[in-house]
Amino acid sequence: MTFNEHLPALQVIVPLLSAPIVILLTPRGLAWAAAAASTLFSLFIAIALAMTTVTGTALTYDLGGWEAPYGITLSIDAFSSLLLLIVTGAGAVAIIAGKASIDVQIETHRQPLFYSAWLLALAGLIGMVISADAFNIFVFMEISSLASYILIAGGPDRRALPATFKYLITGTIGATFYLIGVGLIYMLTGTLNLADMEARISEVTSLNPLLAAAGFITIGLALKAAVFPLHVWLPNAYTHAPHMVTAFLAACGTKVAIYVLLRFNFFVFQANLPEHAVQFAFFLMPLALLGTVIASAVAMFEGHLKRLLAFSSVAQMGYVLIGASLLNASGLMASVIHLFNHAMAKAALFLAVASLAIRFRDLRVDELAGAARTMPWTCAAFVVGGLSLVGIPGTAGFISKWLLILSVMDHGHFGILLVAIIVLTSLMAVYYVWRVVEKLYFAAPRLSNVRVNEAPLTLLVATWIVALGNVAFGLYPELPLTLASHAAETLMEHPR
Amino acid sequence: MISLFGIFLLTLLVIVAIAIVHTRNLFAAVMLTSIFSLLMAANFFILDAADVALTEAAVGAGVTMVIFLSALALTAEREKRRTYTRSAGLIVVGVTAITLIYATFDKPPLGDPDAPVHQHVAPYYIEKTPEFMGFPNVVTAVLASFRGYDTLGEVFVVFTACIGVLFILDARRGVGSMYGRRGRGLHHHHIPQNVGRLLVPLIVLFGLYVQFHGEYSAGGGFQAGAIIATGIILYGLIEGENAALAAIPRPALLFLMVGGASLYGLVGVVCMLLGGHFLDYSVLAENPVTGRQIGVIAIELGVGMTVCGALLSIFHAFAARKHS
Repeated sequence: MTFNEHLPALQVIVPLLSAPIVILLTPRGLAWAAAAASTLFSLFIAIALAMTTVTGTALTYDLGGWEAPYGITLSIDAFSSLLLLIVTGAGAVAIIAGKASIDVQIETHRQPLFYSAWLLALAGLIGMVISADAFNIFVFMEISSLASYILIAGGPDRRALPATFKYLITGTIGATFYLIGVGLIYMLTGTLNLADMEARISEVTSLNPLLAAAGFITIGLALKAAVFPLHVWLPNAYTHAPHMVTAFLAACGTKVAIYVLLRFNFFVFQANLPEHAVQFAFFLMPLALLGTVIASAVAMFEGHLKRLLAFSSVAQMGYVLIGASLLNASGLMASVIHLFNHAMAKAALFLAVASLAIRFRDLRVDELAGAARTMPWTCAAFVVGGLSLVGIPGTAGFISKWLLILSVMDHGHFGILLVAIIVLTSLMAVYYVWRVVEKLYFAAPRLSNVRVNEAPLTLLVATWIVALGNVAFGLYPELPLTLASHAAETLMEHPR
Repeated sequence: MISLFGIFLLTLLVIVAIAIVHTRNLFAAVMLTSIFSLLMAANFFILDAADVALTEAAVGAGVTMVIFLSALALTAEREKRRTYTRSAGLIVVGVTAITLIYATFDKPPLGDPDAPVHQHVAPYYIEKTPEFMGFPNVVTAVLASFRGYDTLGEVFVVFTACIGVLFILDARRGVGSMYGRRGRGLHHHHIPQNVGRLLVPLIVLFGLYVQFHGEYSAGGGFQAGAIIATGIILYGLIEGENAALAAIPRPALLFLMVGGASLYGLVGVVCMLLGGHFLDYSVLAENPVTGRQIGVIAIELGVGMTVCGALLSIFHAFAARKHS
């Protein structure tokens, strides 16, 4: 077999197998170098895979040489490729840029363990994305969840521990629900492979357990994806985590859960459960709408910058679900591309936050008054990220919101209501982003903050790369658009 | 007869579960959790799932209880007076239970040979295991080869959990020991000490048997790792934590943990280098059956090493914390 044929497997085993080695690298900086190299290599593999999947082909890899359904298969299509780019991209940027920030927040002797957990979180998320096996997704969900708990508990503040504990309990319930659902399907079909499941469920006559399975899987993954009102773990976890962990997980953590949710619902259930499409839409649409409006409203009045952005994440995930619950190709395309664009915007914003945090102890918005005078580059990057979050033309965020609005327009009177809500929540986003920008640029600096200077160069460069990425993908969105349209096509191919 | 016994065990299970939720005494709750696991292991056993029963008994009833007790030694024994109501939780649990019961209405009866789980992949595994693997334990074949990638993932779950404990408890900073400065163990309790001393070598020997006989009878790396760890933890409890650390020092534990996980991964990578898929052991030797046997034995060793190293590291990480 050639090297290229092994790429799907290498995508997950490179970060996974470097994790144990990293904890042995105790000399200062070595663990970081190894973890960064491994993450960067994963990013290159993801790019190489995207070059193939962008043409619409899907790759499969039989682990252990056993073909499905007897063995476990990896499968990578355009949708998974897009998620791989998000996960590895966010991981790579955050770890390479974040050394300065992590050095401040994590004691040197604990760093090898921290970087090991970083790689495990990365490998877990990648494993969930590329697996074509329902139980294998659970195994990698466990790895990514446990590793995320560790990363979040690494926050310097003691409040990180209760935040982690809350996340741990909710996350475990979510994972258990998912497992119960998979178990019920296994009971009915005797298989764990997703494609095989889809084929065999159509022969199942007893629909009660199947209905329960769909419910358990959807709710379990919604917990993991922090779908309103199951988002309660998220704001505290994001707020008290080390800043680089927030940048990494905010960009990709919940999105992988949404990805699995969409794959399960569209691949496995949609074709086989009568009325499932309607139930799915009726369950998610109200939650999505309530979530965007309420979380945006909370963000408007939130005083802590990280928590503000965390609530904004809950709101933005609402857009993804609105698109998905429209149940047509254009809506799905909008929601898939929003996964990518929101990751870009949030990564830029949280990297800017990490830069600010190196100079400012306290991240309450009021404390950051006048930061733009001493940290002009960081604050300008925050503005670019903010514009993309709001969806100003010329940024990545505009593309997805525009597609979403075009898609909901087709839905008559209900569509007009949806447009109104999308516009309203965008205005709310304008308000909460502006509130921060106003403080950064137009408020008089506090006396104690006069002497701060610009963030370390590596962090600044990385923040700007991501910020400019928002502009680049706003002006030339071909790659994510093509991947998203293939993804929407594959998702829509499955229903009857 | 079996179903009668099953009903008896399940009833006990429900009673124990309610008692765990109800009790305010955390020590009692830990003991009850252990009993819960033991009942669960018995349940698995009468369902003919001997491998799972062995794991549940060793991990659930053995190691987990010690770890819970170690954690308990760092906090209080009694739960604080609750300041919240538990009705919301009760409603969620109730709804979940009702949904689950509703889902079982259409469940194929227990032991029905026509059930889908017995008709699809399972017959393939049963039929092909002797031919492909050359050993009779189908569970080991599924776990180590057909779904070997899952098991690799499970090993890394254990590994991650251990990293988490070491990272959060920051073991290197702890200098004291909850068993006193020199960790005297149970020197003043003669009966547990002498019985324990007799048991430790037997437990470790049994663990090694489970490890290396996994292809032929119930067991394998997970169970063996947990059993051996239990034996050494028992040694630590009766002779003092420092004696256990002297027998297997921290660097050795780290080596076990890292080495086991790496060994597993390395076997997979070697398969790739020899021209097969990741974890396709058949390329490891001229004869594919021999190759698979080599692969299974090697990865089972990796599993055992990681599980044993990780469980002992977790135990020592708790034990090293000063009582605060």
